[in-house]
Amino acid sequence: MSEPLLQLHGVSKSFGAVAALVSADLTLEAGTIHALIGENGAGKSTLVKIIGGLYHRDSGDFLLEGESVHFHNTKDAKAAGIAVIYQEPTLFPDLSVAENIFVGRQPYTRVGTLDRAKMRRDTRELTQRLGVPIDPDRQARGLSIADQQVVEIAKSISVGAKVIIMDEPTAALSGVEVDRLMGIARQLRDEGKGIIFISHRFDEVFSLCDTITVMRDGTYIATNKTAATTEDEIIRQMVGRSVGSLFPKVETTVGAAVLEVRALTSVGVFEDVSFTVRAGEIVCFAGLVGAGRSEIARAVFGVDAYDSGSVTVGGARVPRRNPAGSMRLGMGFVPEDRRKQGLAMAASVQTNVTMAIRSSLARFGLITSSLEEPSARTWASRLQVKTHALDTEAQMLSGGNQQKVVLGKWLATQPKLLIVDEPTRGIDVGTKAEVHRLLSELAGTGVAVLMISSELPEVLGMADRVLVVREGRITAEFARDAATPENVMYAATHAVGAAA
Amino acid sequence: MSVTHTLPPIEKGRSFFGRLTRAREVGLLVLIVVLIVVTTAIQPTFLFSDGGWRELLRQPTILILIAIGEAIVIITRNIDLSVGSVLCLSTYLSGWLFANVPGIPIPLVVLTGVALGAFLGLINGLLVAFLRVPSLVITLGTLYAYRGIAILWIGPHFIRSSWLPPEYRRFGTMQILSIPVLLLVAIVVVLVVGWFMTSRRAGRDLYALGSNPEAATLFGLSERRLTLYAFVTSGALAGLGGLVYLAIFATGDAQVGTGYELEAVAAAVVGGVAIIGGSGTIWGVAIGAFFLATISSALPVLGVPSLWQQSIVGIFIVGAILLDRVLFLSRTRRAKRAGRTS
Repeated sequence: MSEPLLQLHGVSKSFGAVAALVSADLTLEAGTIHALIGENGAGKSTLVKIIGGLYHRDSGDFLLEGESVHFHNTKDAKAAGIAVIYQEPTLFPDLSVAENIFVGRQPYTRVGTLDRAKMRRDTRELTQRLGVPIDPDRQARGLSIADQQVVEIAKSISVGAKVIIMDEPTAALSGVEVDRLMGIARQLRDEGKGIIFISHRFDEVFSLCDTITVMRDGTYIATNKTAATTEDEIIRQMVGRSVGSLFPKVETTVGAAVLEVRALTSVGVFEDVSFTVRAGEIVCFAGLVGAGRSEIARAVFGVDAYDSGSVTVGGARVPRRNPAGSMRLGMGFVPEDRRKQGLAMAASVQTNVTMAIRSSLARFGLITSSLEEPSARTWASRLQVKTHALDTEAQMLSGGNQQKVVLGKWLATQPKLLIVDEPTRGIDVGTKAEVHRLLSELAGTGVAVLMISSELPEVLGMADRVLVVREGRITAEFARDAATPENVMYAATHAVGAAA
Repeated sequence: MSVTHTLPPIEKGRSFFGRLTRAREVGLLVLIVVLIVVTTAIQPTFLFSDGGWRELLRQPTILILIAIGEAIVIITRNIDLSVGSVLCLSTYLSGWLFANVPGIPIPLVVLTGVALGAFLGLINGLLVAFLRVPSLVITLGTLYAYRGIAILWIGPHFIRSSWLPPEYRRFGTMQILSIPVLLLVAIVVVLVVGWFMTSRRAGRDLYALGSNPEAATLFGLSERRLTLYAFVTSGALAGLGGLVYLAIFATGDAQVGTGYELEAVAAAVVGGVAIIGGSGTIWGVAIGAFFLATISSALPVLGVPSLWQQSIVGIFIVGAILLDRVLFLSRTRRAKRAGRTS
């Protein structure tokens, strides 16, 4: 056998103190489809970005057809024959489909004008070859995600890519579209291209891919021939680590139901979601990114609208699309993206902490710094926010301290129910444990906590109950004692009954 | 193995979109004609006099030039508020050269004026591209800074027509086939820039950058280089505008071009350039500029009180933006519907 198309060995990459990749290996043969799988945060995307020229590796070997390569940017990678198709394609909405395919290398006619006829012809030919004819002259704006991916694939073929990386391409597609995409992938494989396919859906991986490489915590774990392995084996490789008593979950006595959600449905987003969170209980939504967990939380809190169903807190009906009303009922919400949704970055720590309780602090409708200060000081010290002064701007704090400020903001409202979405994403290990301690303490005081997390150890360490969300539905529920990495991962990746 | 799905019919997107953009330009042209006809009916000298005809065609020239530069910048998702100040400096520098360098060849002065504009545009571009500060802020700063330089330099002085060589003054009134030469200059610029923007890779890259900056970066398009292109072009065209100003008015002080930046933005928007970048044509902008210039010369003739004139221009700008929004929404809805059924 000749040289493999692509060979990576011992590749590492760190961002500051955070090691995204410790040691990644990957060997891709021409004419095969190679699955790259692992939990969220296992380092797949970082690896893809290194291959695609977006990041530079810190160390390790990267061979393309036997030659060591160092890409300076995405252009280099492209020139070397590597194409990456992202989950959300990156087209130019105002340009035509044909121009999107040829952007940066449009053919010219002899008089030095763009050869639109040739672009049109080639585009039609390419998309037809992929079985999805798309009008070359229409604007890219408004194309479905599936069609946008087809345009991206057509582009990669037309530049003569040898390696095509598809980063979770099926996450946003319907069943028919997935079949169509898999057909295209097989066709490209048969034409001798090497394809790296990233997906969380085992049914797709097993029916499509020849080889499966598993990563975990930024490290290469194993490469398996699909024919010679089983799903159980792969899941073991993905999660194989001990979930010790890493987080100090305080045992609490669980009280009466605080949050009750009944048959909540938002068409196309989530469906028939029912669950209860009781006082003093931590309930975790586990599942994959994009499963609809955050969307459910946002609807429950009243940020997003929903179509049917009901939400009650402490027996009172939570109004729709009215976060202020939800807050009055004693709900708090710490969003996933704290930079965008949780903090006023240019405002001081003090202002941020007291933001949610301003009306109760105000005197005669006016708020002054002297009214805010005592409350802010109490919370900042209880949370051990490391900052020199309360008037430090929030954007100057580390991710962990920012998260604590957001938590402080909600704790100051003394909520009955707190919803936290990915509370420890992008936070260093030490602060992580502190955030866990805080949440646990909070539950100890009788607050009901609904937590969303993509990190399995966090879920298993913190939750009194685990609800697994898959494709907009709660597909499994485990009590604390019954939840294991294997059964939670299995529920998160497998359709119940027929495949979607 | 090949894919065996039934092929969905090819969607027709072009004709609809094409009709749309063309509709805007045709609509503007119709408005221009109506405006001229009505105004002439009320006051025949508006068109049927030597000065009237020339004024009608000559007056939009400056706005056309700076609006095209502005449009290129807006297409890249930026804005250039300094064009009026740049124009002023170019006007005065050119007049000063004629006065202080006896016998200086006219082409050299033209070149210097354009080069000055390009240089000032380069400063804008460098600040935007390398400091990564929004261009609104940068060019708001240079709007004042360049004007400040003009005031320091010019002080209370002004260009006297006696400074200018007679051949240069003649440009202002010269006509070929009864079309003012200055308009012909603008038309050449429109054709060249328009061709460049539709038919050269670099032109398309400017649209791509404004349409989706992240994708452009992922794509290896150089955001910095393209941003510099746009601002340098805008500056150079403002410089050229300054020379046209000098030819038409044969005078100028430190206040020349005040407020032009907003007229340029208005012309671009009315001409169909989306303020968020990525779309719009140079032809549309030229027609938009002609339209706005015609309105402002017709309204006084029509007896509209000067207090109302600005409001009417404003109504057209808001109307153009509303029209864009409505069309955009209906297009998105259509595309979504088409996507669902396929």
